[in-house]
Amino acid sequence: MTVAFDAIVIGGGPNGLVAAAALGRAGVRVALVERASQLGGQARVEAFAPGFSAPGDDGDSGWVPPTVVRGLGLGGLARHDPDPCVTVPIASGAWLTLWADPTRTAAAIARHAPADAARWPEFVRRVHRLAGFLARLYQGPPPDVDATGPGELGRLLRLGVALRRLGRDDMVALLRTLPMSVRELVEDAFEYEPLRAAVAAGGVRDLRQGPRSGGTGFVLLHYLVGAPAGAVRGRGRWRAGPDAFVAAVAAEAARRGVTIRSAVAARRILVRDDAVVGVMLADGTELAAPRVVSCVDPAHTLLDLLDPVWLDPEVLHAVRQIKFRGCTATVRYGMQRLPDAGADAEMLRGVVSCTPTLDGLERAADAAKYGAVAERPHVEITVPTLTWPALAPDGQHVAIARAQYAPYTLREGAWDHARREALGDAVTAVVDEALPGFSSRVVHREVLTPRDLADRYGLTEGARSHGELTLDQILFMRPISGWAHHALPVRGLYLGGAGAHPGPGIPGGAGWLAARRLLRDRRAGRYTLTTERS
Amino acid sequence: MLNLTPFHPRTAPLVRAQTWRRWAGHQVASAYDPHPDREYAAIRAAVALIDISPLHKYHIHGPDAVRLLDRMVTRDVTRCAIGQVLYTPWCDAAGKIIDDGTVARLDTDSFRLTSAEPTLRWLAMNAVGLDVTVEDVSRPIAALALQGPLARAVLAAASPGDWTALRYFRLLHTRVGDIPVTVSRTGYTGDLGYEIWVDAARAVPLWDALMAAGAPYGITPCGIWALDLARIEAGLIMLDVDYYSAHRAPIAAQMSSPFELGLGWAVSDAKGPFNGRQALRVERRRGPEWDFVGLRVQWESLEALYAEHELPPQLPIIPWRGSVPVYRDGHQVGYATSGGWSPLLKQYLALAHLRAPHGRPGMPVRFEVTVEHVRRQADAVVHPLPFFDPERKRA
Amino acid sequence: MKGRSYDVVVVGGGHNGLVAAAYLARAGRQVLVLERRPVLGGAAVTEEVFPGFRFSVFSYVVSLLRPEIIRELDLPRHGLQILPLESTITPLDNGDYLGAWADPDESRRELARHSPRDAEAIPVFGRLMQRMAMAVRPILGVVPPDPASLAPSDLRGLLRLGRHFRDLGAERVHALYKLMTMSSADYLDEWFEFDPLKATKSASGIIGTFLGPRSPGSAYVLLHHYMGEIDGAFRAWGFQKGGTGAISEAIARAARARGAEIRTGEGVERVLVRGGEAVGVALTSGEEIAARAVVSGLDPRRTFTQLVDPGQLPDELVEGVRRYKFRGSSGKVNLALDGLPDLTCLPGVGPHLRGAISISPSLEYLERAYDDAKYGAFSQRPYMDIVIPSMIDPQMAPPGKHVMSIFVQYAPYHLTGGWSDAQREAFGDAVVESVARYAPNLPSLIRHRQVLTPVDIERITGLSEGNIFQGELALHQLFFLRPVPRWARYRTPIRGYWQCGAGTHPGGGIMGASGRLAALEMLQAGER
Repeated sequence: MTVAFDAIVIGGGPNGLVAAAALGRAGVRVALVERASQLGGQARVEAFAPGFSAPGDDGDSGWVPPTVVRGLGLGGLARHDPDPCVTVPIASGAWLTLWADPTRTAAAIARHAPADAARWPEFVRRVHRLAGFLARLYQGPPPDVDATGPGELGRLLRLGVALRRLGRDDMVALLRTLPMSVRELVEDAFEYEPLRAAVAAGGVRDLRQGPRSGGTGFVLLHYLVGAPAGAVRGRGRWRAGPDAFVAAVAAEAARRGVTIRSAVAARRILVRDDAVVGVMLADGTELAAPRVVSCVDPAHTLLDLLDPVWLDPEVLHAVRQIKFRGCTATVRYGMQRLPDAGADAEMLRGVVSCTPTLDGLERAADAAKYGAVAERPHVEITVPTLTWPALAPDGQHVAIARAQYAPYTLREGAWDHARREALGDAVTAVVDEALPGFSSRVVHREVLTPRDLADRYGLTEGARSHGELTLDQILFMRPISGWAHHALPVRGLYLGGAGAHPGPGIPGGAGWLAARRLLRDRRAGRYTLTTERS
Repeated sequence: MLNLTPFHPRTAPLVRAQTWRRWAGHQVASAYDPHPDREYAAIRAAVALIDISPLHKYHIHGPDAVRLLDRMVTRDVTRCAIGQVLYTPWCDAAGKIIDDGTVARLDTDSFRLTSAEPTLRWLAMNAVGLDVTVEDVSRPIAALALQGPLARAVLAAASPGDWTALRYFRLLHTRVGDIPVTVSRTGYTGDLGYEIWVDAARAVPLWDALMAAGAPYGITPCGIWALDLARIEAGLIMLDVDYYSAHRAPIAAQMSSPFELGLGWAVSDAKGPFNGRQALRVERRRGPEWDFVGLRVQWESLEALYAEHELPPQLPIIPWRGSVPVYRDGHQVGYATSGGWSPLLKQYLALAHLRAPHGRPGMPVRFEVTVEHVRRQADAVVHPLPFFDPERKRA
Repeated sequence: MKGRSYDVVVVGGGHNGLVAAAYLARAGRQVLVLERRPVLGGAAVTEEVFPGFRFSVFSYVVSLLRPEIIRELDLPRHGLQILPLESTITPLDNGDYLGAWADPDESRRELARHSPRDAEAIPVFGRLMQRMAMAVRPILGVVPPDPASLAPSDLRGLLRLGRHFRDLGAERVHALYKLMTMSSADYLDEWFEFDPLKATKSASGIIGTFLGPRSPGSAYVLLHHYMGEIDGAFRAWGFQKGGTGAISEAIARAARARGAEIRTGEGVERVLVRGGEAVGVALTSGEEIAARAVVSGLDPRRTFTQLVDPGQLPDELVEGVRRYKFRGSSGKVNLALDGLPDLTCLPGVGPHLRGAISISPSLEYLERAYDDAKYGAFSQRPYMDIVIPSMIDPQMAPPGKHVMSIFVQYAPYHLTGGWSDAQREAFGDAVVESVARYAPNLPSLIRHRQVLTPVDIERITGLSEGNIFQGELALHQLFFLRPVPRWARYRTPIRGYWQCGAGTHPGGGIMGASGRLAALEMLQAGER
């Protein structure tokens, strides 16, 4: 059976939905294919125990670029700002909390390190200014040295102007910060170790590297793009529910006539004579279309869904070299009640980062280099039920722990039940230290290793990032050199997932840009393969 | 320390003038005699035995063996019959040649590829996602070329059978005495000839058997100098001499497409996707920038240049490899990459890259020669390749 | 002030200071070089540490000395003589070894023993590296423009740089970008499969930095190996006859031949500044020497916080120098030997002893060595680069005896609990034991042992935190960020006060480029 469309979107996560909706709005006949029965990808809400549900990740809204909000009319989506942002334990029963209000945070820091407190407000302002520059970069295709044509050159020029407009200090700071390690960044700024660790932990999110690694300064900035002023961790939570964004975009897609096929995976992207002709589904159905936007990760797209003979060996090689390296595990807890934090209970509204030292973060990363799980993982815990009580039965709670580092590929043995539960126990033990009494309130626990994430969400190596955010895998290098402008080396094939620019944590960012690229090519009636390669 | 071939115990004592050279990391004879004339004569008048073991050889087998080779080389491997051998180049994405060699189909899912450069890594890069096994059999398999008008007679003496049935670019599995061998009717001389592939452990007995069988036919072990001359006459290209691998050349200007090496015939238009297809399609439409041609240096002109010094023409008896400028109307239009005096054709021949359209047959050009330390130009004429193409090669 | 006055006083007789002096003298300036130690060369010195045994005490091989310096200062005439260091042997933990030899066919055959695929990849990799080196080379020879500046010279420089990258094309710029940002292990993973090969190659990426082979930013230095080759002046690596001190001596002779005056044993206490302008130097002896310009070959910390009063400098600069990372991470063990080491993997005396012996059996070995250092310990099983200069230059040791130079990483400057004599000896023991795993007869050959920790290197040479490169060669400390943004063009905020050490662009190794560029910049600025 063959059904014909103008374009097919593979993957019903935020990027896929945004791409489909954007194409639908432009009058393109779109089919969207989603493997799971439910839309949302990593953002979908799932029950993990009777009465307890959790968002796929930690419930953070991420940053939806204003271009996407405007383009799809999502202005009505309201967000809770992150406040507090992040808390680290500093002693038994004592914590340092960083708030969205720099003055309040400075006061908290001042109790331990007055000099750091004085530097805090300027540090936060600067970090936000730098992240603001990234936000500009993230709303268009990545700038590249071979930019041609007045449009691209103009954009490049405007970026240059924006960079200079940052002023000498910030410009230099930006150029210095991006390649730096987050450890050096915080050591330059602060002396108080728990403060350094609280900030630095944001620079290793979903990386297989510790805070000493170059480029972690960039990661810190990346995940602060779009954060409300003052916030140093997280972008907030959707008021209407963890899946509010997914629901809104899905509704928009439906309004625009997008055909949605869920509970069936794409099996093959069909190609004839170097051009896409459709998608074959796992049930044998063929959807014909001259264009496909894949919002699954680049390795899955190019190595699994595509017959390799359509790609140059160099491209295949490059795709195989993409570093995925999933090393984040997620543990979901059903809680009878919350741990006692006394006067500090409010901290649970933000992220509790359980590692108060830079060396602690670094040591957690060490084992992963050798294919082992950290003995004492770095754990960050959030309590989504404080925002969305409906996720748990009345009065009860859900806590979500993100734990690093648990590598997808173990050197000794393979992930199995025993190893999974041992990881769960290690995570629980770490949380117990930070939040005494935590484990005694737990009634359910689900442990998702990177292997489980791979199975559940179809993520290569269980990498939520669709490819590590290392400096060599961002901007014009994402997903691979030469093919970073959302069009892939087969005519009519586009990449719109987090494996494309601007990357993870930006719902719809890549999907939107991929759709725009597709529409541009469609209007031009040509495929600019040669200009990509030149 | 360089590699020695499995025939070394037999070849080494024969190299009278210690004229050795390197070939693919191996030590091989340039010539056995101090002078290569007799060896060359054997190729064209009797039969020559040449150690070609340094060739790289790969055994490729598995359900996707055809797909792997077909995506890699420019010829249509899907149409290669069992027992057939294809000569083919292979290219990178830009349609520039990486290497050239032969693809022999041993069975439905089993092939042997030969190449001048190591190709294991490139095969592996092409095999991503395919169900195929690639084995480097360069060392375990030794090879001899038996070339010359009497090659068939020697083969028949060594391994009785109807050798006329083995057609040009076909192979069969047989025995020489009790030694299992694969014989392909292929070669690098442009003459009647065979290449014999054998387990390296049986290399020496095979050599002995062929030498014994060939003795009545004047079989002559033959080195690289003589082979080089024969292949120039046959218009066959050589990697690192007439062209550079796209994987090794530091700049694009040093790379060549199949069209630029006269191998347009080996680029299939009809087959499925393969490396370089898009670029080669464009090039076929547009025409290559360079032609690869033969040059005949005019004797009279050469003679006149030397006569000025009261010298007879000095001729390259041992073929040269290098770069010699070629001019037309006072401008350089190309360069020759190998050349030598053909004792058979009695002509000074060269292989040359000429900028289109100067490579048309019959085109008069000027060929740089250094006469008594002074750079001069001799008249030359573009000649279609090959220079020498005897009936017996295919018959 | 008494005594004669000079056009320029160069503080520090390291190789960069000497190069600067030679260029300034060549342009007719009256130049005085002041070196605190009795020997010239800074970290490039040869000393007879034990009677009859001469050592390149710190820096021990040459690879990147700029060919234009060799040419313009006519160094071969003044004693430069580079002897080839042709091979590298990596003993493996299984008793085998990996060798890289001068002849490509031999190297390929050797590598094919371990991995035919890698043997095939080497020339392709080499081609890319060569192209990258060609792309980078022009950058080593330019004064870095300040991207935040609106000065015409900076804008011109930026434009030229932009054009350079545009001309390179996306493919090469991307490849270069990868090289700048990736870890050497990740970068090499894309090319090779044989772990000891990757380990040995990546070792060159970690030398002198506080990075491990898996640390992003360590890939870039892989290029350096190829840089020497394209310069055509000599092979990638070599020994100077008579040790690296002889290079310093050659440069010094070149400088003197052009009229420069060089004094050793004369430490500079501080730079004399009047009215925001450098007017001379005060020596530790109390003597004051007047000069129209002063150029410091010392590292940025000494240049900006010791030779002058940091209070006279902008906060931005002082803060930048404070943040500038030295983090000395390597030590040196120099051994006087009664005989030659016998490698288990390659017994006996052979050509391999004329090359380098790299103790880098696996990436994990190197990474674990780094892990020790991250937490303030010296590596129990360190990375070591071992050479026996007396094999090539017999005059370095008494007849039949040998000198062995062991470069050791990691030895963190900030050792937990601090470096003591006991710690130094424990470090030396760990080094000898680690080598003895591959050459069991080594301990019995040792007649004398000199162990240098980063603290010793700092004490003897004055290099802050014992960093041999005057500051880490990390991405955020290169080019217009070296040493500090805005002050990366050899100038300082004090008029007439300049910097020319390896702490300025491009820095690192016995390259001499910093000294040359600084001198040319001074001459262009019209410093008399």
